[in-house]
Amino acid sequence: MNDKITNWTKTDDAMVENAIRRGATRRELLQLMLAGGIATAAGGLVLGNVTRAVAATPVSGGALKAAGWSSSTADTLDPAKASLSTDYVRCCAFYNRLTYIDQAGATQMELAESVESKDATVWTVKLRNGVTFHDGKPLTADDVVFSLKRHLDPGVGSKVAKIAAQMTGFKAIDKQTVEITLANANADLPTILGMHHFMIVADGTTDFSKANGTGAFVREVFEPGVRSVGLKNKNYWKSSGPNVDSFEYFAISDDNARVNALLSGDIHLAASINPRSMRLIESQDGFTLSKTTSGNYTNLNIRMDMAPGDKKDFIHGMKYLINREQIQKSALRGLAEIGNDQPISPANFYYNADLKPKAFDPEKAKFHFEKAGVLGRSIPMVASEAANASIDMAMIVQAAGAQIGMTFDVQRVPSDGYWDNYWLKAPVHFGNINPRPTPDILFSLLYASDAPWNESQYKSATFDKMLVEARGSLDQAKRKEIYNAMQLMIAEEAGTVIPAYLSNVDATTAKLKGLAPSPLGGQMGYAFAEYVWLEA
Amino acid sequence: MNHRILSLVMSRLLITAITLVIVSFAVFFATMMLPGDTATILLGQAATPEAVAGLRTAMHLDEPAVIRFIRWFGGLLTGDLGTSYANDMPIADLIAGRFINTLKLAGVTALFSVPIALTLGITAAMMRGSLYDRIVTVLTIGVISVPEFMVATSAVLLFAVYLKWLPALSFANEVHSITDLLRVYAMPVVTLTFVVSAQMIRMTRAAVVETLNTPYVEMALLKGASRKRIVLKHALPNALGPIVNAVALSLSYLLGGVIIVETIFNYPGIAKLMVDAVATRDLPLIQSCAMIFCVGYLILITLADILAILSNPRLR
Repeated sequence: MNDKITNWTKTDDAMVENAIRRGATRRELLQLMLAGGIATAAGGLVLGNVTRAVAATPVSGGALKAAGWSSSTADTLDPAKASLSTDYVRCCAFYNRLTYIDQAGATQMELAESVESKDATVWTVKLRNGVTFHDGKPLTADDVVFSLKRHLDPGVGSKVAKIAAQMTGFKAIDKQTVEITLANANADLPTILGMHHFMIVADGTTDFSKANGTGAFVREVFEPGVRSVGLKNKNYWKSSGPNVDSFEYFAISDDNARVNALLSGDIHLAASINPRSMRLIESQDGFTLSKTTSGNYTNLNIRMDMAPGDKKDFIHGMKYLINREQIQKSALRGLAEIGNDQPISPANFYYNADLKPKAFDPEKAKFHFEKAGVLGRSIPMVASEAANASIDMAMIVQAAGAQIGMTFDVQRVPSDGYWDNYWLKAPVHFGNINPRPTPDILFSLLYASDAPWNESQYKSATFDKMLVEARGSLDQAKRKEIYNAMQLMIAEEAGTVIPAYLSNVDATTAKLKGLAPSPLGGQMGYAFAEYVWLEA
Repeated sequence: MNHRILSLVMSRLLITAITLVIVSFAVFFATMMLPGDTATILLGQAATPEAVAGLRTAMHLDEPAVIRFIRWFGGLLTGDLGTSYANDMPIADLIAGRFINTLKLAGVTALFSVPIALTLGITAAMMRGSLYDRIVTVLTIGVISVPEFMVATSAVLLFAVYLKWLPALSFANEVHSITDLLRVYAMPVVTLTFVVSAQMIRMTRAAVVETLNTPYVEMALLKGASRKRIVLKHALPNALGPIVNAVALSLSYLLGGVIIVETIFNYPGIAKLMVDAVATRDLPLIQSCAMIFCVGYLILITLADILAILSNPRLR
């Protein structure tokens, strides 16, 4: 047997690797491969390949060069203002957070030694000893207070001002201890502190172009809209340190140019590759793909306060009529994981794995449509390029409907103004939601009765009560239980159909090792520079 | 003669100044018509009304736009381009490095494309109707018809991805030797040469062909002058006017219109800077870039006119 298995691609490798890191058992993996059409004997070989990739030891040295896809003169080294993926990558290289979210979606400590609270309202953050900024200044409680407090200043223009607004009191108890008081109990604070915008900067910093952080790299060059270069931080507090000697990052906005730069050996990593280029990369030796599903999704929204969504059976019918597998395979070209009609992605710690996606069942759908009395009527469905892949999804639903005598009138509208004119407004329309780090943020934003983006106008007093209860509870097992129940409620009751979670694919040379998928997004949650290494 | 050229240059300078003021007003009003401002764009999805209002105050965007414009214009007169809204850096710093990159690329491209284009255009005109002329014509029309992103991407695929002779990206700041220079500039320059030469070749050929049909060229032929002498001494000086104009127009394109080449080769030039500035509604930066393009264009056109006058005895 040779290393070439005909219908097995690098994308599949990436999928299996992803599953292993998430802790899948061997049996689950083999099932995964059978689904991909691989016999068990060959499956063992694939497993061997990817487990080797997961277990390799780092080598140090080398100059890492990588390219993202967006960059402009608005590039910033101020973590509060970070808005493009390029900013996130740079901030991760130059600064650290108090906490971070690991590959399994669990919250781990970074600059903090512990983040604890008795009542989820008053939190005590103990800082690690012996951490210094690039200019030699030691990290103290004052730096943390400054870094967090500045999000509340409207002049800073922080992207997370709204989330930070719940922090009402900051106090430096001693040099290594900070006390944060929240307006209301929120057990998610440790996870929230792991968001990219809450990177810790030195007290009193006003000029961020120097990127004086505690991070793995020291800023050498920073030209907004052009490039940035960081050199290995010799005094880095993590003993594992960065593996590479220097890290250069820039953006190549043109998809083809980015892939070509990777193929010609100019860069080691090209972020966010489109499916067409994926085939080009798969056809060549010496390159690997890394797939991440971080919770971005395109969903079908049926407003429950308007016809036809005011009849529950119409919504049920739609959930059976949507062919999730076809959407995953053809509309999204395999770059997705099948969704179970709730907003928390499989990469999240709180994902309800017992909640199975509804199977495609046109007969059941027909039964529900008949009951709702909509069969034979023409239902308008609004789709647009603005909501990723929604036009293809609409076509798939339309075709499935035609088979059971259900007519959907797909209205294709322009991207420009879609979010203002159609989203949240049309009775049946598509939306697209970016990943958010905690179930609480997602639910409060999208499903609570007073949610600003309540896409289907779902209202449930029980749901609202559970939301507040879970938010204030420090018992993780209990929270998981509540969040599981809430996911079930959304999947069964709300008018949102979430057929799949979209994936992001980064391409690298085979020499670059150590890149792992992260629930925070592609490029290892944008923090890859610190962890990867280059093999000679 | 000198007097005439002097007055021409003076009047051109005056027109240039007036044009600049008009362009800057036009750019200002066009920018004002774009939806959103720097504060909303920087905040993106986090743009709640309070956050936008706060940031606007902090960035002094709450002052009337006209006042900001007048302040910028006043600064310009004293040589101060102001600071960028998007990242608070002096505009002069942002532009300087990238403008030099643009000039380098334009300079190297001109160095190659102008002689090539003139030679091909003149020789094609001399051998009008021959196989050579037809090949040149077909090729130039072919090159005009192929969009530059196609040329650039094909060149990258061939020379960088498959042959691995050249880097796929052109980082001007990595040039330390002549070899580096050749490697970094080879592909962008070839692509741009394709784009700008075609126009120049067509114009040169047409202009020379036209003068070759005039009675005084026939006279020269009857006098027994050699073919070379007829073309270079008799025809070319009279055809120079339209040729230098075509060259100037093509070169002015190199100063601000090479966004596609800059994007594909990731070359940090000024065209991409202006696109960024528009995307972030960075008024001072947009204005400054527009001024540079405008000045460059006017300088080239003025030079072309002066050359045309110098070469034409009737105008001297």
